[in-house]
Amino acid sequence: NPNPRPRSCNHAPNVGKVFEVSAAVLVSPPSVDFCSTLISMVVNSVHWFRKGLRLHDNPALQEALNGADTVRCVYILDPWFAGAANVGINRWRFLLEALEDLDSSLKKLNSRLFVVRGQPTDVFPRLFKEWNVTRLTLEYDPEPYGKERDGAIIKMAQEFGVETAVRNSHTLYNLDRIIEMNNNSPPLTFKRFQTIVSRLELPRRPLAPITQQQMNRCPTQIPDNHDQLYSIPSLEELGFRTEGLPPAVWRGGESEALERLSRHLDKKVWVASTRVKTCSLYASPTGLSPYLRFGCLSCRVLYYNLREIYMKLCKRSTPPLSLYGQLLWREFFYTAATNNPNFDRMEGNPICVQIPWDQNPEALAKWAEGRTGFPWIDAIMTQLRQEGWIHHRARHAVACFLTRGDLWISWESGMKVFEELLLDADWSVNAGSWMWLSCSAFFQQFFHCYCPVGFGRRTDPSGDYIRRYIPILKDYPNRYIYEPWNAPESLQKAANCVVGVHYPKPMINHAEGSRLNIERMKQVYQQLSHYRGLSKKPHQSMNIMHQNVWLDQKWSDVASC
Amino acid sequence: DHNGQCEITGQQDGGTLELEKEQQACKKVRKQMSEELEAEGSGESPDCDWSLLPQELLLHIFQHLPLLDRAYASQVCRGWNEAFHMPELWRCFEFELNQPASSYLKATHPDLIKQIIKRHSNHLQYVSFKVDSSTESAEAACDILSQLVNCSLKTLGLISTARPSFMEVPKSHFISALTVVFVNSKSLSSLKIDDTPVDDPSLKVLVANNSDTLKLLKMSSCPHVSPAGILCVADQCHGLRELALNYHLLSDDLLLALSSEKHVHLEHLRIDVVSENPGQHFHTIKKSSWDAMVRHSPTFNLVMYFFLYEDEFGPFFNDEIPITHLYFGRSVSKEVLGRVGLHCPRLVELVVCANGLRPLDEELIRIAKRCTQLSAIGLGECEVTCSAFVEFVKMCGRRLSQLSIMEEVLIPDHKYSLDEIHWEVSKHLGRVWFPDMMPTW
Repeated sequence: NPNPRPRSCNHAPNVGKVFEVSAAVLVSPPSVDFCSTLISMVVNSVHWFRKGLRLHDNPALQEALNGADTVRCVYILDPWFAGAANVGINRWRFLLEALEDLDSSLKKLNSRLFVVRGQPTDVFPRLFKEWNVTRLTLEYDPEPYGKERDGAIIKMAQEFGVETAVRNSHTLYNLDRIIEMNNNSPPLTFKRFQTIVSRLELPRRPLAPITQQQMNRCPTQIPDNHDQLYSIPSLEELGFRTEGLPPAVWRGGESEALERLSRHLDKKVWVASTRVKTCSLYASPTGLSPYLRFGCLSCRVLYYNLREIYMKLCKRSTPPLSLYGQLLWREFFYTAATNNPNFDRMEGNPICVQIPWDQNPEALAKWAEGRTGFPWIDAIMTQLRQEGWIHHRARHAVACFLTRGDLWISWESGMKVFEELLLDADWSVNAGSWMWLSCSAFFQQFFHCYCPVGFGRRTDPSGDYIRRYIPILKDYPNRYIYEPWNAPESLQKAANCVVGVHYPKPMINHAEGSRLNIERMKQVYQQLSHYRGLSKKPHQSMNIMHQNVWLDQKWSDVASC
Repeated sequence: DHNGQCEITGQQDGGTLELEKEQQACKKVRKQMSEELEAEGSGESPDCDWSLLPQELLLHIFQHLPLLDRAYASQVCRGWNEAFHMPELWRCFEFELNQPASSYLKATHPDLIKQIIKRHSNHLQYVSFKVDSSTESAEAACDILSQLVNCSLKTLGLISTARPSFMEVPKSHFISALTVVFVNSKSLSSLKIDDTPVDDPSLKVLVANNSDTLKLLKMSSCPHVSPAGILCVADQCHGLRELALNYHLLSDDLLLALSSEKHVHLEHLRIDVVSENPGQHFHTIKKSSWDAMVRHSPTFNLVMYFFLYEDEFGPFFNDEIPITHLYFGRSVSKEVLGRVGLHCPRLVELVVCANGLRPLDEELIRIAKRCTQLSAIGLGECEVTCSAFVEFVKMCGRRLSQLSIMEEVLIPDHKYSLDEIHWEVSKHLGRVWFPDMMPTW
C-alpha cells in the first residue's frame, strides 16, 4: 500500500502529508508487512460490481472483506447513458432486479448496495476521497472494452494510492492460459478448444458466499440519506414507460438464479441417464443463461454441480465435455474475443470473412419487428422482444434468415438487435455466435440453410408456438400455419386473417433467395480459396461444399491433439 | 480486387513466360550497368538510378502492386507515369460499383473509370463488374459497357454481390449495352450473365459474333431466355465447354446439340431447378438424351441445385441420370433420396439441407453401395442412426474426402454413443473427424 493512512487522523494533518510524500518517493509499493510495522493502517474497501452480481463464489468481494475495516459495495450506473445505450427494457429490468436482490441480500448482512450515478472515471475520484478508500476490488472482465476501462481505473486508483485487487471468476478458466496453450492464439474451432480445455486442470473450486461474521468484521457505514443518494433507479427514471408492461418472464437476481440452479439440477438427474432430445421453445423455469451473463450465478458453481451429479449417477471417473455444453461455448467465445477489440465487427476483424452484405434498413426493420410474413420467424422475434429469451434453435433460424439464408443483411445488424433484446447476450458470445451462424468465421460450411417454413414445422409440428406469439394466425390449421400465403383464400377468410391485409405477405421468395445467397457465399469462399492457393481456377469450382480455406491449419491442429 | 490481377479473371498465362521476360529484363539492366561502369572507368559504382529501370522490369513490378500503389507510383515521374499506362497493365479490370447507402464496400473511383474508358478501353480483355443491390450501380455498369466500343473482350462477368440489381435496369438499356460488347468483341471466350434480363435476340447477337470462341456461358436465372434461345447457342458454339442455366431452359434438343459430333467435349453443365410456385410442374428429360451426353463427354460434370418443395420431385430421379454434384437446398424426402441411390451412379458430391424426422439409414447405405465415386457428402437437418452412419462411412472408406454432418443428425443407438462415434468414423476415414457443431447458448 503506497499510501498508508495513520489510524487517528485528528493528529496534525502534516503527519498524513509526510507519509503521502514519502510514499510518492517510493519506486515500488512496499509490502503490507513493512507498512504495518511503521503504522497501523485503516483498510477501507470498495468492491465494484459490474458483472458478478452475486455474493457466492466472489473472490474479489472476499478480497475486499479480507482484513478490511470497512467495506462498501458499489454499482455505477449512468441514467443518461441508459437512454442512449442499445439496451432494451427487459435487460434493464433484469439488471435492476439483480441489483435489488443484491441490496436485499446485503441488508441481511447489515450492509447495503451503493448505486452511484455517473461514469466510473468521474465517480471514483470522488468516492476515493469521500470514503478514504484504500482498497478497490473487482471481478476480472475479460472483454476488450472491459480490460481497457479497468486498466484506466486501476491506473487512476494507483495515482490515488488505492490498492487494487482483481480476481477472475466470470469464466471457468484463465483465458490467457488457454490462449497460451494454443500457440498464443485463441482456438477457433470448438473441437480444438475442447481439446485444450481437457488438458487443463479443473477450474478453481467456487468459494462460499460471504458470511455475516465476515461482514461484522468490516461493517458498512450506511448514511441516513442512503436511499436518496444511492438507491437503485426505477425503469421510469431510466426513461422507460412501464404502463402495460407485462411481468417479467425471467426474474433477475442471485436468489432467483440459485433457485433455478437447484431445479435445473433436479432435471439433469434424469437427463443424464437418458438422452432426451427435447426442444422446448418456451422459456424454461430452469433456464440459466441470463444469470450466467450477469453473473448472478457463478459458472463454476454450475460446473461443479453438474460434475458431481454426473459422477454420482454414472460412476465414471471423468464426465464428458459435452456435459458442460453451454458453459464451454460461453468460454470458447470469451476466449476468442478477449484479445480482439474488433471482434464485434467485420471490418478490421482478422477472424471474420469479408462478405458483401446488403444494406437494407427496411428489410432489417421487418425482421427485427417480426413483420417478415414468415410466421416462424415472426413468432421467434416476437418472443424475443416480449420476453428476452429464445431457444438456440430459434436463434439459428432467425440468424440464418437475416444473413446468409434469405435477407443477406450483415450479421452486425442482427447482433445489435440481439444485444438490445436478449437477456443473455454477452458481448463476446453474441458477436461470436452471429459470426458462426452467418458463416463469417470459425470455418463453417454454409451449405445447410434453415428453411423458414420447414425448419419451423419440424421443430414444432403442432404450430402452437406460432399461435401463442402471433395470435392473429391462431385459427389457421397446421397445414398452413407456417405458410399462410399458400392457404386458399376461403380458408384465410374463415380464419379471419387474410394475408396481405391482417398479416404481411412473405417479404421474400425463399427458394430464390437461398439460391442467390448460396451463389454469393460460393463467390466469397472461392475467392478466399484462390487467395490461399487452394484452387487454380476460381470460377470453375463445382463443389458445393467449400474446401476449408484454412484446411491445413484446422486439421493439423486437431491431429496433433 | 482493384489490382486487376489477371489470375482472378481467368487469364491463362504461364508463369514461365513471365519468368523468362523477367530474366531477360534483368540481364538487360546488368548489361546496361556494367557498360556504364566501363564508361566511367573509375571503378566506382554508379548511383542507383531508378530511372534506368527498363520498361519490362517496371511492368513486372507494377503488376505486383495493387492498383492504388501503382497509381501513387505513377505520380513520381513521367517514365513511371508512362509505365502505369502500359497496355499490359490494363488487360484485366474489375469494376466495383457500390452505393454507400446499399453496401459496405468501396467503389472504383469514377475518375479512374473515366480514365480507363478514355485511355485503355482497347486494352481491356478480361473485365468484370461487381455491383451491389442498388439499381444505380447496375445502370452505371451498363453505361460503362456501352462505352466499350473499341474493346475486344475475352472475358466478361456481370456479378451482383447481393440482390440482382441488373434485373431492375430497364431491359432495353441493358440489352443495348450488352450487345455493344457482343458485336465489338468478336472473341468472347467466357461470359457470366446470371440474374440479368438477357433475352433470345441478344443471345443471337452473341452467337453471330462469337460462336468460334465462346467456351463458357453462365446464365442462371435469366427469365427472358427461352429454350430456343439457348439451343441456338449450343447449336452454333461448338467450343462451349461450360454452361450454367435454369432447368426450364434444359431440353432434349439442347443435350443432343451439346453432344453432336461437331461439338467439343463438355466439361461442366450446371442446372438450377427452382420452384416459382408450389405444385409447379417440371418437364422430364429423356434418359437417351443424358446417355448421349455421357457418350460424347464421358468426364463431364453435371451439377444440379434443387430448390423445390418436397412434393415437386415427381419428374426427377426416375431414370438413370449422370449427375455428379447434387444439392438439395430445401427439404427432400426419403423416397427421393432412395431414388438418388438407384439412379445416380456417377455421383461425386451430395448435399442435403434437410430431410425430416425419419432416419435415412437405408438410403445412405444404398448410396454408399451404388455411388462408387462419392467423395463428398453434407447433411444438414436430417437424422441417421450412429450404426448406419458408421456402416456408411465404412463402405465409402477413404474416398470420402469431405464429410460434413451436423451434430444433431446423428442418433445414438445401442452400439454407439455420440462421444464414441467420431473415433469409429475417424478410423474408417483414416483421419481425425468430428461432426459440425452449432453453438448452444
